[in-house]
Amino acid sequence: MNGTSQMLVYLIAIPLFSATVLLLGSRALDKVGHIIGTLASTAAFVVGLLEFFAMLGRAPENRAVTQPLFTWIEVGNFNVGATLLLDQLSICFVLLITGVGTLIHIYSIAYMSHDKDRRRFFAFLNLFIAAMLLLVLGDSYLSLYVGWEGVGLASYLLIGFWNQKPAYATAAKKAFVANRVGDVGLSLAVMIAFVQFGSVSFSGVAEGVEAGKASSLALNCLGAALLLAAVGKSAQFPLQAWLGDAMAGPTPVSALIHAATMVTAGVYLISRSHFVFDVASVAQLLVVIVGAITLLFGAIIGMAKDDIKKALAASTMSQIGYMILATGLGPVGYAFAMMHLLTHGFFKAGMFLGAGSVMHGMNDEVDMRKYGALRKYMPVTFITFGLGYLAIIGVPPFAGFYSKDKIIEIALDAGGAKGIILGSITLLGAAITAFYMSRVMLMTFFGSKRWEADAHPHESPALMTIPMVILAIGSISAGFIFNLGDRFINFLNPVFHSDHSGHGEKEHLLPPIVVSALALTAVAIGVSIAIAKYGRGKSIPAVAPADVSVWTKVARRDLLQDDLNEALFMRPGQELTKALAIVDEKVIDGAVRGVGSLTLDVASGVRRTQTGFVRSYALWVIVGAVGILATIAVMSL
Amino acid sequence: MSLDNYLYLSALLFTIGAAGVLIRRNAIVVFMCIELMLNASNLAFVTFARMNGSIDGQLFAFFTMVVAACEVVVGLAIIVTIYRSRRSASVDDARLLKL
Amino acid sequence: MNLASIVNNQTQTPEAVLFFILAPVMVLSALGMLVVKKAVHSALLLAVVMIGLAIFYIANEAPFLGIVQIVVYTGAVMMLFLFILMLVGVDSSDSLEETIKGQRISAVLGSVGVGFLLISLLSRAELGRAYAGLELVNGEGNVQAIAKTLFTRYVWAFEVISALLITAALGAMVLAHRERLLPRKSQRELAAERVRQSAIPVAGLPGPGTYALHNAVDIPALLPDGSPADSSVSKTIAARGELANPNTFRMNEKNEAGEE
Repeated sequence: MNGTSQMLVYLIAIPLFSATVLLLGSRALDKVGHIIGTLASTAAFVVGLLEFFAMLGRAPENRAVTQPLFTWIEVGNFNVGATLLLDQLSICFVLLITGVGTLIHIYSIAYMSHDKDRRRFFAFLNLFIAAMLLLVLGDSYLSLYVGWEGVGLASYLLIGFWNQKPAYATAAKKAFVANRVGDVGLSLAVMIAFVQFGSVSFSGVAEGVEAGKASSLALNCLGAALLLAAVGKSAQFPLQAWLGDAMAGPTPVSALIHAATMVTAGVYLISRSHFVFDVASVAQLLVVIVGAITLLFGAIIGMAKDDIKKALAASTMSQIGYMILATGLGPVGYAFAMMHLLTHGFFKAGMFLGAGSVMHGMNDEVDMRKYGALRKYMPVTFITFGLGYLAIIGVPPFAGFYSKDKIIEIALDAGGAKGIILGSITLLGAAITAFYMSRVMLMTFFGSKRWEADAHPHESPALMTIPMVILAIGSISAGFIFNLGDRFINFLNPVFHSDHSGHGEKEHLLPPIVVSALALTAVAIGVSIAIAKYGRGKSIPAVAPADVSVWTKVARRDLLQDDLNEALFMRPGQELTKALAIVDEKVIDGAVRGVGSLTLDVASGVRRTQTGFVRSYALWVIVGAVGILATIAVMSL
Repeated sequence: MSLDNYLYLSALLFTIGAAGVLIRRNAIVVFMCIELMLNASNLAFVTFARMNGSIDGQLFAFFTMVVAACEVVVGLAIIVTIYRSRRSASVDDARLLKL
Repeated sequence: MNLASIVNNQTQTPEAVLFFILAPVMVLSALGMLVVKKAVHSALLLAVVMIGLAIFYIANEAPFLGIVQIVVYTGAVMMLFLFILMLVGVDSSDSLEETIKGQRISAVLGSVGVGFLLISLLSRAELGRAYAGLELVNGEGNVQAIAKTLFTRYVWAFEVISALLITAALGAMVLAHRERLLPRKSQRELAAERVRQSAIPVAGLPGPGTYALHNAVDIPALLPDGSPADSSVSKTIAARGELANPNTFRMNEKNEAGEE
């Protein structure tokens, strides 16, 4: 790595300091807490921008900078420095996190204005920003791990922000537990890396892999462990169940953490570990399978959800499935995964903020069946949400078109039956996405009013709409800008070392224009079905109809993910716990108490000899004398 | 007569003294029984001295007497003290040292 | 030839006679100690045993120890015992009822066991070699022989035992010492106290022996109503059960008639 920068630490330190101040500060800070938090996030964004421009000013191969902070762990030859690394991959995340983060901070000022715990909310948001920046700036798996746990904690705190409601606290716990399962994968990965390569830094592991220090089995295990971590954090199959419940948190949290940034950490981890996956073919295949399953899984759930936030959450799951799928496709995929990640960060955050705006106007109602015809009452929200909608379903020239189209393209190019299957899945996913997002649009902003009696929808204040507008602009333009002359891919090239120069000439299964046409056709089909079902003149019952096919019921139940988890893990776990409690009670406590009561019994038996009569004691002396004499007598026989 | 008879007598007196310690309750009588045991052992010492033609046994007996005298002085003082506080010289009454 | 000298590993006949007369007396006295009711009788029986032992010491060519036994034990120690007995109360006679369950039978069994084993071990011990006797050692006299050994080989033990004696004397003094917790009451205070406590007759206890027909201290005085006043007689006499009934000395009709 070349070049150092002394400013990287401020990226993390500023929001962390702000979080500390806000958490430890007294109620006197209540009035300014949100301003401090927003300023901290903004400051981090400014630092990120400065770093970005400084980076652009350097030659592509010299763009990565590091900042050694201190020696963290030093055991013999094993050294882990707390070093920050900012390269092209990190800067994408830094800008996304701080940029979108700042917008969401601004939005939250208004959204949370009536919450008496707003200061705490901003403290947690800042904590999240700091942890997420540490995650993407760490130069080793160990530093990443700290950030990884930090965002998990922040996510837990924010999902359960309204923990006075037991259901929300449970949702937070669920997210935390699911994340812990993934964390086991990450810690395993760190251990495997240490054992195999004697190093836990990205560069050290990359060199080790290149030098062939590890067997193929070890590399595949490492890859699988990393995948497990990614699956947990990014809500991928089979650890996807927590994301829907995570919508219990305030909507800005859903927008920032559970749509734009934290859930994409899995994509970051896999992209960052590309040197492992490039040589671990089995693990790579697993990545693809997980991505493909999840993208359909999320899409199917999305079709059945009436809760606007849960529909968006399912969509997030599905979109991250796209990204994971792309990362699993090898060198060509990372950059497109990153591109989709960034565009998704824009439009999904925008849509979540739009959903928050709708909820804000509708007394926190989340059931889309109780919306309808809101476009006249919330024009800004409608337009920004609509732009996000166009972006996610992949209508050109909106952002989603460029990124998703590329992923479909490379999926088709995966080769052989694999390419055809993956291509079909991604196309099917695109169609379903178009359907359920259109459904969301139609049910929310079109049709007839199905409001609750006391609903008085109104446009949200400027503090909320401005971030939505900015994100909408991003949704429109990001894809186009990124794709202009492959500049994004070239920008990331030094990180992934993917040979994109030959990419253009590579034999395609289908010409790109055909792929785009196919994708657009799929989208058109999805939208048409949605309009046919939910469009003008169709009545939408205020309560979800019960007489639906079994498939719909299953989809409404999140494809039985919770039932499966409960049957496979929770109930056996409970039984095991009960059994262990019995074992604890009977065996361990029994042994402890047994020793006690045995001692007591023996003591109370022996106590009888302690009569207090001197003569009894003297009798024992005589008995002893008899014993000694008898022994002598026997010995001398 | 064999000198062994003295030893048998000594053993017998010792045994009787021991039985007295176990049976009698009056602290003073118990004490006298202890004296009896000490004297019995003295007899054995003296007899051994005669058997071995050595004066050492007599010296042991002499020392035993001195120790016994000390013991009597302290022991009787203790009995008087106990009697003064408890108005009883019975060894069975002083049985606080138990559960 | 000395009466104590040993012939053919046997004592001479006078010593044997002495032993066989004295030994049963001693054993019986010792056994008596266990069964008599009164502590004073036990003490006297012990004195018998000790005198017997002193005689045996002398017979065993230990005249010094024999004299010491009489002076120290039969004299000093036994006097101490009796003195304490008087102090504690002559009336403190044991009831021979056993209070600890099984104590007596186990005591007897244990003692018999000890005695049996001791005697059987003694009988088996190889004591049958030639008895040396002390004629040689006691050539200059028993006291001289003891002194020689005591102040040479055992001088250290001698010094230590003197320390023990001093310690014991000090210990006895400490034990017997009673700290005065309250200021001593003056005679005036005692008198006032006595008046306040009506249980004690202010005018003092009645004297015994109203009818001086007998040893008067053991006869209670008669109260004006004719009943005997127990408080007029020493409690010790009452405890010994030697209280005389004053009614037996009362002048009755028969006596009056007799006088006539």
